[in-house]
Amino acid sequence: MKNIPVKLVGSALLALFLGAARAADTVKVGVLHSLSGTMAISETSLKDVLLFTFDEINKSGGVKVGGKPHMIEPVIVDPASNWPLFAEKAEQLLVKDQVSVVFGCWTSVSRKSVLPVFERNNGLLFYPVQYEGEELSKNIFYTAEAVNQQAIPAVDYMLGEGKKKFYLLGSDYVYPRTTNKILKQYLKSKGIPDADIEEIYTPFGHTDYQTIVASIKTFSGGGKACVISTLNGDTNVPFFKEFANAGLTSENCPVVSFSISEDEFRGLPAKALAGHLGCWTYFMSIKSPENAKFVADFQKWLQAPKVTGVDYTVTGVDPKGRVTCSPMNLSRIGVYLWKAAVEKAGSFDVDKVRPAIVGQKFKGPAGEVVMQANHHLVNTAFIGETLPTGQFKIIKTIKKVAGEPFSAKFLGAN
Amino acid sequence: MNSPTQREYGVVAAIAVIGLVVLPLLNGAVPESSALHLTTFQLGVFGKYLCYAVLALGVNLLWGQTGILSLGQCLFFALGGYALGMHLMLLIGKLGQYHADIPDFMVFLEFPKRYPSTGGLPPHWIPFRNLGFALAAVVIVPALVATAFGWLAFRSRIKGVYFSILSQALTYAATLLFFRNDFTFGGNNGLTDFKVILGHDVNQPATKRALYIASGLLLLGTYAFCRWLTTTKFGLIQRAIRDSENRVLFSGYATAHFKLFVFVVAAVIAGLGGALYVPQVGIINPSDMGTDKSLEAVVWCAVGGRGSIVGPILGAIGVNALKSYATHSFAEQWPYFLGILFILVTLFLPDGLVGIPARVRGLLARRRPPAGPTPPPSSSPS
Repeated sequence: MKNIPVKLVGSALLALFLGAARAADTVKVGVLHSLSGTMAISETSLKDVLLFTFDEINKSGGVKVGGKPHMIEPVIVDPASNWPLFAEKAEQLLVKDQVSVVFGCWTSVSRKSVLPVFERNNGLLFYPVQYEGEELSKNIFYTAEAVNQQAIPAVDYMLGEGKKKFYLLGSDYVYPRTTNKILKQYLKSKGIPDADIEEIYTPFGHTDYQTIVASIKTFSGGGKACVISTLNGDTNVPFFKEFANAGLTSENCPVVSFSISEDEFRGLPAKALAGHLGCWTYFMSIKSPENAKFVADFQKWLQAPKVTGVDYTVTGVDPKGRVTCSPMNLSRIGVYLWKAAVEKAGSFDVDKVRPAIVGQKFKGPAGEVVMQANHHLVNTAFIGETLPTGQFKIIKTIKKVAGEPFSAKFLGAN
Repeated sequence: MNSPTQREYGVVAAIAVIGLVVLPLLNGAVPESSALHLTTFQLGVFGKYLCYAVLALGVNLLWGQTGILSLGQCLFFALGGYALGMHLMLLIGKLGQYHADIPDFMVFLEFPKRYPSTGGLPPHWIPFRNLGFALAAVVIVPALVATAFGWLAFRSRIKGVYFSILSQALTYAATLLFFRNDFTFGGNNGLTDFKVILGHDVNQPATKRALYIASGLLLLGTYAFCRWLTTTKFGLIQRAIRDSENRVLFSGYATAHFKLFVFVVAAVIAGLGGALYVPQVGIINPSDMGTDKSLEAVVWCAVGGRGSIVGPILGAIGVNALKSYATHSFAEQWPYFLGILFILVTLFLPDGLVGIPARVRGLLARRRPPAGPTPPPSSSPS
């Protein structure tokens, strides 16, 4: 009887010690994606792929710093598609949870909202979705496609196909505006006269495309015309329906869309878009051993989602009909680049990790990427043709495109 | 014995001292190592709640006191925010991404080509270089919009649900307008990345503290104003309009004028709240004037208790604090929490959170046999 309290105290101490030891072996990482509101449909997939990647890394021994493995412990918050709330949640992750790095944001406005927060608190953010550039923060790494990694290759392809007239159609926000501004300059430098470039914007959620499609029909009358679309989300459905109704096809006037990936086809009828083109730095249909493993492992993980090594239960994951897409691939690449940089720096300290990220390489599903000093990737661009299944058939591969956020620099080179 | 009003004043005074003196001291004077230290981040979040509470007081002045349910109050909140935001944008100057004299979004939208005579700055932006003008605009712009809309609506005797729908349409139209980049207010991204305010770095803890205190003072002032209004004859007519507008009309009062005045005052209150909100959250964009945001403000009032003055403040701070907590601790389930709370309040607490004590007393009284004849209901104003 006398021994019992001693044993109790002993085991309590042991438990405390173990607990402390376990706590020391984790590293907190923030996930800042909207899980509710208008952006949830897109951003939830990125949250899922991030958790999958953390699980992948933890299973293979975690992040090794000073010879000690650290398990990644996700801290997930929901900024609820609310831009001021993005800033609050970002600051909460950095100040309260003291996370070592944050993966997050989809829309440009959410990134603009958190940028001052990351600069003020010297945090680290990886941003994975194609964007307009014209920004460079020392606290943000952009694994996302810059305009010259998506729009320019697509337009080059169209020029190569003998297209002479370009109809630039977009939703009215900063990404289409900037992309089209750059494309106009670029097309002019390629000898396309102003008269053969049309630029039109429609508000978010616009549904009446009759007038616009009629004008496209007139515009494409002589053949040799194409549409460069930066229309966002649901708006694509009425546009493509109207487009087909007017007798326009991918044969007489192809449409290249920059904002529709495999994941968007979960909510859009792919049949209406079949034959039209997409341009990204990753397609699910890429044939490489890395991609086959990524897709298979991710879909297997969705059946029983969990993060190995930490007490984190994943809830609310729908495994049905799931696909992979470019923003998902770029999210995952961001995690691996950060891991490699932390291991190289031997520290989680942002000031030490930041220089170590530059020059970091990762052989991903779409080939090798390299992080440049300008915080953007050297990546491979692909042109794909939409199939009725919602997948893309790759028709052109452009290797080693160095991302450049400032258009003045890559336009100047031409 | 203290009257309920006196008791309320006591509680408000105590909370004001804690909010305006103790919390800023815990942030500024207590060292960071201390357990009592309040982080600047936390203080900033409180400051945001205070601005929401000001907005809620405006909603309540309309809905709870006058019976006008406006589903577009965030329009005025955002207009106030934009007015100050424009001034803050112009203060960024060469500190932006392009190191230009004009805000970044004007550079990439090629405004210098559109407005060559002003170096790219649209003419209506120029007076916002002056702080006094911007502050005046914070008050005047919401007031003008409210006057124009209210005059048309109330003169045509549009009331009840029709007024609610129109107010929602107004704010939705404004959202779409502000989304347009050609409208020169930054489009979807709105105004962001502010650097300085009144010559101080917006990111400095001292600046954040000052903004928090300013929000607290604004809330206190708005509270005092609303409280005072209920004691005046004007307040009495307000409540009479709420309870039976036709009787007031037939008693010879031009109810449309009263309603217009209240609508404009509520808009100005919202505008002031919005102006202090913007430098604290660091961004203002069209989604802040969306219909969903205006609905949220109505929900805060309902949860806290419309009709009372403290209720909306309690609701705004409580719901937002719960939201801040739940979006972090229950990131994937929080909408259910909030949804259940709203359903419960609607079903069981028609008077909101402030109605709880009275309801509990009512339940207890029902258990006891009545001690005497129930007092007659208070007589209606002659």
